Amino acid sequence: MDLITPDIGIVFWTTVIFLVLLLLLRKFAWKPIMAAIDARNKSIEDALKAAEKTKEEMVQLQADNEVILQQAKKERDSLLMEARDTKEQMIAQAQQEARVEAERITQKALQSIELEKQKAIVELKNTVGELSIDIAEKILRQELTDTKISEKIISQSINDLKLN
Amino acid sequence: MIHRFQNIFFILFFIFGVSTQIFGSEGAQEKKGVDVNAIIFEHIADNHSWHLWDVRDDDGVKQAVAFPLPIILVSTSPFAFDVFWSSEFHHGDHPVTRGNNTYVLNHGTIYYAQNTQGDLEYDEEGEIISAKPIDISITKNVFTMLLVSGLMFWLFVAVAKAYKKRSGLAPRGVQGFMEPIILFVRDEIAIPNIGHKKYKIFLPYLLTAFFFIWFLNLIGLIPFFPGSANVTGNIATTAVLAMFTLVITNVYANKEYWRHVFAMPGLPAWLLPIMIIVEIISIFTKPFALAVRLFANITAGHIIVLSLVSLIFIFKSLSVAPVSFFFVLFMDVLELFVATLQAFIFTMLSALFIGMAVAEEH
Repeated sequence: MDLITPDIGIVFWTTVIFLVLLLLLRKFAWKPIMAAIDARNKSIEDALKAAEKTKEEMVQLQADNEVILQQAKKERDSLLMEARDTKEQMIAQAQQEARVEAERITQKALQSIELEKQKAIVELKNTVGELSIDIAEKILRQELTDTKISEKIISQSINDLKLN
Repeated sequence: MIHRFQNIFFILFFIFGVSTQIFGSEGAQEKKGVDVNAIIFEHIADNHSWHLWDVRDDDGVKQAVAFPLPIILVSTSPFAFDVFWSSEFHHGDHPVTRGNNTYVLNHGTIYYAQNTQGDLEYDEEGEIISAKPIDISITKNVFTMLLVSGLMFWLFVAVAKAYKKRSGLAPRGVQGFMEPIILFVRDEIAIPNIGHKKYKIFLPYLLTAFFFIWFLNLIGLIPFFPGSANVTGNIATTAVLAMFTLVITNVYANKEYWRHVFAMPGLPAWLLPIMIIVEIISIFTKPFALAVRLFANITAGHIIVLSLVSLIFIFKSLSVAPVSFFFVLFMDVLELFVATLQAFIFTMLSALFIGMAVAEEH
């Protein structure tokens, strides 16, 4: 049957055509196409890798930022704390100093009061002494007979006496 | 494996099923004057001219409208090289004389005629026993192959240029259409079967074979010019393609492959002579199966489509036409799938055979 008998012409031409086509396409089509696809795939892969790397760097950067922020916060807190402590310390110190000063002033005042008092007492004593002497002198000088009158004079003199 | 057998049985069933149908109705056709069998086999066979359509001339005689193709004939003793247009045969009616040789075209075959009148030698049973020149004419099939080759070259060089022009960018247009197919051949056929290390050597062959077979299958489905040539349904074409796989497989085969052929490891010595024969036969059966599978699938498809169309002429009734129309439509869609599938299977099995021959020792 013709159908399954290979024809020499077809065998010849198929061999020639296919071989030439194979060699031509290999040189002018398949190799450039494959090279281009490989190059493109590589560039895409590289780009993806770079993106991934950048992403990682970003994450790293963010983590770093977080750490720095935390540190800054901590520093701020400690500074605030320190400031507060200092403030309290200063207030306490000031109060203390004020108290000591007040104490000192009070003490001084008391001392001077005491001193004045002593002075006054001494003066009073002196005055009373002088007055007594004056009174005694008056009594003695007038030689009052009546006791009543003398008493009156005495009490009057005492009333006149002003204890400044 | 089972699927492949089913496939072959299915196709054999179709070939023989359809054949008996045609042969069975032969008697009835002669009465009605349409020899469907002859028409079908004429359509699936190669031809020296490209028949387009028939017209009736003024005398009411049917004349074929065909465009001529170059006839190239080589004679060995004495050496002669004759080239002329197929139109000189007048569709086989006229002998053509060149120098000392007179050629006659008889049912698609060119013979040396005994005399310039174009008489042939017959034996007692009426078979032609005249000698034949070596016929390397540009027949319908060869012309189609040239056409497809030109188309493929133009197409894929354009695709390659698109890659150069749009370097690094997403594929577009015909490049975008072809790239997934090219990558499919690389990633699903070449790499899994041959392996990452060596696939690059064989990829150009696999790609060329795949697209060559696929395009020829598809162009064969077009019922008019420039289609209709049953190239991949020609045993010579498929045999040559399979031969390429055979040669590549055995040229690139490594030591391990030949050790399996000539000294199958782990086999008792007395079995070796038998196994060597079996293995050597298997070297040739693999490509033989490739050739027959492609040939049978495509030829079967063409026969079925032609038979379905012929139903109209067998029944001599236009009312069969809608039935034929839908069956042919169905078959054509199926053939569209088969065209792709067979191109894939040929490439896949070629890759598998090559892969087995170059596989690393493990």
